[in-house]
Amino acid sequence: MAATVSSERDAVATPVQRAFREALYAGAISLGLFVLFIGLRTDQNISNELILVQRWGLLAIVVAAVTVGRFLYVAYAVPAMERSRAEKAAVPAVVAEPGFVRRNFNKIGATLLILYPIAMVLFFGFQGSLKWVDNFGIQILIYVMLAWGLNIVIGLAGLLDLGYVAFYAVGAYAYALLGTHYGLSFWILLPAAGAMAAFWGVMLGFPVLRLRGDYLAIVTLAFGEIIRLVLINWREVTNGSAGISGIPKVSFFGLMSFNVSDPNYIAKVLHITQSGAYYKIFLYYLILALCFLTAFVTIRLRRLPVGRAWEALREDEIACRSLGINTTTTKLTAFATGAMFGGFAGSFFAARQGFVSPESFVFLESAIILAIVVLGGMGSLGGIAVAALVMIGGTEILRELDFLKAVFGPDFTPELYRMLLFGMAMVIVMLWKPRGFVGSREPTAFLKERRAVSASFTKEGHG
Amino acid sequence: MNATPSSNDFILQVEHLSMKFGGLVAIGDLTFQARRGEITALIGPNGAGKTTVFNCITGFYKPTEGMITLNKRDGSTYLLERLPNHEIPARAKVARTFQNIRLFSGMTLLENLLVAQHNKLMKASGYTFLGLFGFPSYRQASAESIELARHWLEKANLVDRADDPAGDLPYGAQRRLEIARAMCTGPELLCLDEPAAGLNPKESAALNELLMDIKNNTGTSILLIEHDMSVVMQISDHVVVLEYGRKISDGNPESVRTDPRVIAAYLGVDDEEVQEVLTEVGDEDVIEQLDTGPDAAHGPGNSASMMAGPVSDSVEHADEGERVTVSKGASKAAQIDARATSVASKPTPAAKPAAKSSAAKAEPKKAAAKTPAAKASGPSKGKEAAPKPAAGKRGGRK
Repeated sequence: MAATVSSERDAVATPVQRAFREALYAGAISLGLFVLFIGLRTDQNISNELILVQRWGLLAIVVAAVTVGRFLYVAYAVPAMERSRAEKAAVPAVVAEPGFVRRNFNKIGATLLILYPIAMVLFFGFQGSLKWVDNFGIQILIYVMLAWGLNIVIGLAGLLDLGYVAFYAVGAYAYALLGTHYGLSFWILLPAAGAMAAFWGVMLGFPVLRLRGDYLAIVTLAFGEIIRLVLINWREVTNGSAGISGIPKVSFFGLMSFNVSDPNYIAKVLHITQSGAYYKIFLYYLILALCFLTAFVTIRLRRLPVGRAWEALREDEIACRSLGINTTTTKLTAFATGAMFGGFAGSFFAARQGFVSPESFVFLESAIILAIVVLGGMGSLGGIAVAALVMIGGTEILRELDFLKAVFGPDFTPELYRMLLFGMAMVIVMLWKPRGFVGSREPTAFLKERRAVSASFTKEGHG
Repeated sequence: MNATPSSNDFILQVEHLSMKFGGLVAIGDLTFQARRGEITALIGPNGAGKTTVFNCITGFYKPTEGMITLNKRDGSTYLLERLPNHEIPARAKVARTFQNIRLFSGMTLLENLLVAQHNKLMKASGYTFLGLFGFPSYRQASAESIELARHWLEKANLVDRADDPAGDLPYGAQRRLEIARAMCTGPELLCLDEPAAGLNPKESAALNELLMDIKNNTGTSILLIEHDMSVVMQISDHVVVLEYGRKISDGNPESVRTDPRVIAAYLGVDDEEVQEVLTEVGDEDVIEQLDTGPDAAHGPGNSASMMAGPVSDSVEHADEGERVTVSKGASKAAQIDARATSVASKPTPAAKPAAKSSAAKAEPKKAAAKTPAAKASGPSKGKEAAPKPAAGKRGGRK
């Protein structure tokens, strides 16, 4: 902005003079913009008449904030940034040795995740830990797993899938229906749900194989909606939008149950006091184990020919065919593998909620999972986990920010702004790191040393 | 060509290959052979259909007509036009490179070469399942594949950069890497689409060396499209020349270099000569066209085909299926033929009225069809008729 505005006249002006002028412009523009948005407000009075509320004070505050902000930015922030950039350019670029945290990021992350519920119980007691383990821990880990599953399809194979939530729904309903009707155990239905989701992944894969890019995205989007509409309308089986309730809880491999009425209830077996927190902590470790499984399989697959073929497919499909790779089966395996993890996550979700309805599988879910993958950096497990933590944890933490009520008045509900903040965060991250938190790519094999491949060389795939 | 060797001497036999995009004939009735263990070059001016021939051989296009036979060393035979795209490299062992380099730029050099060994490794990893559980058989196969990759990296002189992303390489190195990647599939026939394009003389020499090494040490036969005549003339054993989708010359580099039809195709003939020749043949249509530009009714029109270049050879009448040349003056080789026939037919006055009849439309095409017969007498008479031998040397250098 500063560069575009500055003309020959500006060359002689000092930064403060220029800042003063630009601050006036910015103030004038903001006044023009906000005079109707903020200065006037329509409302209803007690007898339901439309009245105009004038808020000139608020308008003045906003315009003043913009003016002062612009002044400070142009006068001090811009020169400071230029100075630091010049300093950085002057110092020869040294390849910084990655710090201890960087090098052992995965190990530290895994240890923290394993210790997290214990720490929460120690800090808040069993009852107090419920919120932190369930609302934060389990919720975030579900999204981590979903995003890692989608990462196989988008990050590795480069196939843009906007209907990923369909597989999540298939997994959830598979467990909900088979569990409630046939009383089968979670441990049998978990692989079954995965297999069913993978089957639907292949079903979706066949018709869309010939499509690329935007077209693929639209068809997968439609597939997600079809699954949701079938769930709503096939009332005889799915109970429509009322959903399925009373989904059985997961047992500890049949040895201990988490139902208070059961004879082998965990508190009775272990002779400890009764608490709902045990189940949540158990579920936390269950989803953590499923996440580790996803990560393990993804890391392993990348070093196998099929994983390399996925990445090669993302880079150049025509070259793949010229090397004898069957792109059809390669794409189908990517769809199926990604869908399978979605199915696992879905059946876990059903077990955790005890209730499923089509409400949980709207397009917004697909969009959030996709956003996590893109923000984290396509293909990078660590980056995606951090993105899920920021995005899901961030929106959850908004519920906790009661002090904002003191600032904005008692009828301010921070949750309502979470999608706004979500969007703003995405814009900022995409400006700051266009390829996500971790844009570089770890090679799967090396002759001498493993060097990360910079994001500027990797491609996103064309669908 | 002279004798008739057994079919197994030929690694590739292309017979009556035609490729049409809508009404546009990109390749018309092309027949040639590539001998095992030789480097066969496919040359021709821009838009001659060389890459289309490659795309037909490697299965990216399904030819409209014709047969492409590949004879492997072990005696097995594949009809390439019937195989699915990805099975041509996998089963028939035909590898190719691309005119615009297609590397996996975000993957390291080593990974690029490992992807090329996909099918072998897939089998070794028990179609992923054994590999997922870390069976030792896969580990061994994986180590072997890395060794093979290292071998080809050394051949391509790229082993120092094995762990760098392929997109980071300079242009010449990318070309060598693409050839190394193709060689990692263990091909019997290697198809190279303009491997020397954009290389400096030093890189070009390194490429020649690599290709000769492949030819001498691996038993892989090479089919090569190239514009750089220094590469073609130095390393190829056999040259096939295309113009407007038709073969105009076929033989060893020396004979092709002096073929006036090839020279005409590359350098063209003077406009006055064209008119002269065509008037001699008595083709009034063409004379008219030379004055007024191409006939819209017979022209390529607003075709969306990728082959709809500046001049297309011929179009098909939708109603009759008869092929009509769009611009009869287009094919320089046909002009040479026409001149040869006109010179030959001059003494016989009966030929002129026949040419003027309504059947005259097919005349240049007939001349083209007569190629083999006309070729024997063509060059010698052509030399007498036109001051072209000097241009022959120029054509050779280009």
